[in-house]
Amino acid sequence: MDLLLKNGKVINHDSEKDTDILIKNGKISGVSSNIKADNDIEVIDCKGNYILPGLIDMHVHFRDPGLEYKEDIISGSDAAAAGGITTCFPMANTKPVNDNDSVTSYMVEKAREYGKIDLFPVGSITKKMKGEELAEMGEMKKAGALAFSDDGLPVLSSEIMRRALEYASGIGAFIISHSEDISLAGSGVINEGKVSTITGLKGIPAEAEEIMISRDILLSKLTGAHIHIAHVSTKGSVDLIRRAKDQGLNVTCEAAPHHFTFTEEELLNYDTNYKMNPPLRTKEDVICIKEALKDGTIDIIATDHAPHHPDEKFVEFDNAPNGVIGLQTLIPLTLKLVNEGIIDIKQFVKLTSYMPSVISGLDDRGEIKEGKIADITVIDPEKTYLYDKNINKSKAENSPLLGSGLQGMALYTIKNGRIVYES
Amino acid sequence: MSFKRKDLVGLKDLSAEEILFILGTAEKFKEIGKRDVKKVPTLKGRTVVNLFFEPSTRTRTSFEIAGKRLSADTINFSSSSSSTSKGETLIDTVKNIESMNTDVFVVRHAFSGSVKFIAENTCARVVNAGDGTNEHPTQALLDLLTIKEHKKDFANLNVAIIGDITHSRVARSNIWAMQKLGMNIKLFGPKTMMPAHPEPFGCKICSSIEEALENTDVVMMLRIQMERQSKTLLPSVKEYSRLYGLNAEKMKLAKKDALIMHPGPINRGVELASNAADSAQSVILEQVENGVAVRMAVLYLLGIKTEVK
Repeated sequence: MDLLLKNGKVINHDSEKDTDILIKNGKISGVSSNIKADNDIEVIDCKGNYILPGLIDMHVHFRDPGLEYKEDIISGSDAAAAGGITTCFPMANTKPVNDNDSVTSYMVEKAREYGKIDLFPVGSITKKMKGEELAEMGEMKKAGALAFSDDGLPVLSSEIMRRALEYASGIGAFIISHSEDISLAGSGVINEGKVSTITGLKGIPAEAEEIMISRDILLSKLTGAHIHIAHVSTKGSVDLIRRAKDQGLNVTCEAAPHHFTFTEEELLNYDTNYKMNPPLRTKEDVICIKEALKDGTIDIIATDHAPHHPDEKFVEFDNAPNGVIGLQTLIPLTLKLVNEGIIDIKQFVKLTSYMPSVISGLDDRGEIKEGKIADITVIDPEKTYLYDKNINKSKAENSPLLGSGLQGMALYTIKNGRIVYES
Repeated sequence: MSFKRKDLVGLKDLSAEEILFILGTAEKFKEIGKRDVKKVPTLKGRTVVNLFFEPSTRTRTSFEIAGKRLSADTINFSSSSSSTSKGETLIDTVKNIESMNTDVFVVRHAFSGSVKFIAENTCARVVNAGDGTNEHPTQALLDLLTIKEHKKDFANLNVAIIGDITHSRVARSNIWAMQKLGMNIKLFGPKTMMPAHPEPFGCKICSSIEEALENTDVVMMLRIQMERQSKTLLPSVKEYSRLYGLNAEKMKLAKKDALIMHPGPINRGVELASNAADSAQSVILEQVENGVAVRMAVLYLLGIKTEVK
């Protein structure tokens, strides 16, 4: 069935206009005013709503294969679609690790069969994410991987990281770095700061992140290869990346919504739903992350959707795993930046769809334009609702926002011209 | 006033009035320990479980004696490091023992915040006997009781807390409580043992032991956890004793009637030289004695009201 979206406000990274969109055979076939509907076409009235290119989340954990009790590709797809996301990059820390093309293909195919979103699995940089030998990046690339990362584990050896950058760039891929000096982070569980002093919880200094980002930037300079820094959380990290970009280095980065929404103050109550890595930082860091989203130093927003079973979070703080789910809170938390006047709605699109498509070389999406695939998200920016278990499509519930009121949600998520989610 | 809380998780959340009320109660209980028959029927029929997930002898013994003096049935439960050694979660362990109709849990655990977590998930009353590097409220209360006995009034007393401040739950509980009581606190230790962000403590940070000791009413030496931290935090124990340890000579910088305190057990010759530890100014054994009275008071204040579930 073909679709006609009428009366919506169509937002691209560089434009904003009231227009109609015609979708035929899974592609955008027309973007203009007053498109007439044929008889056999489904018409959706988008009056008062935003029509955006489908959101692209370059950093998720779907736990499939191996840890499906936390999440699987089906539930992850459901949650993504409900969050207006049409393309996801699931990280490699599955069981087994996504360090070979069989695992990559399994993930791509399972998502394709289910049909709600596209997956571009991030292959591991090193075999079993041990940081010792390069994984078969070329084979994984053929199977659908565009980027490589040992996310969750930093590649400690500078030599291995150098070779990974060189090799990846040679096959037209890039490296995503989980930048963390784990010897400096030690057994820390929250940011090292006022709250760690008050709570007695061991702190991780901001420098644990910044030291490794410095190294990774230098390795990018050495190799000329593209490095993408995952989940930037500190002011110092932003400063380093800004300087690298000023020098014309091939560096991009992302921030997660929780890092521009919450501060370390949330940890005063030892709530494990706020335990994440990198940890929540200070108010000053949050302000700086927002500023960097505004000025483009931070290229994209990625959720780092990290589902865990409720039992795993219902333990002593030190024993709880890191992470927070985020697919369905990406829109309201990013929209909050728009409502606060930090970014405008075009920047929303730039951060959540256009730049992810540019960075990953997916030129068939990221814009609402004739000829692009019809991945489209219709958002009601005014809609207020309770984010509760009925709305949450993830298997996991580890979000401090669960049970809170949010504003802004996806009304329709369209994947390849087909409605895959309707609120 | 009365003590209306279900649990004693820390002193950070208590008011000065509540702290003084516990101390006042402890003073009354202290007399019982001096009797020939050191037992009253106050908590007869109540069950107090010492739930120790981290090794401890003196705190556990002190709580056990306190419970027994109040005629409570005191049971000790120890687990090597955490409840999960057999795969059971912490809360499942607690719920299991709670099912045996436990009235009070006295909990020690290696992780900060874990006693709060337990308190929020059990109907039994919970006393924090030390959680990670967070708080050790009864230790601070016994310190305060000892200070009160010697100095009568807390306001404007100068206290120096010296040693491993960052990793000390004793220091944290004392800092929170002493500030509420109007005491002036100075902190000193090797930079490796001082919090990177000490601002929330609101204490003066000293740059030498001399500065810390000068004009001080109470000198509180902290125990160096030689078995745990010394490797990365200290070059050597010898150097520590010279730069950060207390001896009779250095003690002359403090006020003449200054008290020497230590939560024990002492590393003799490390943080405390014998000529300081055994001096007339040392109140270390009084602290231990007061520990029982304070814990009796806390168990009494929490345990007697088991109908509030």
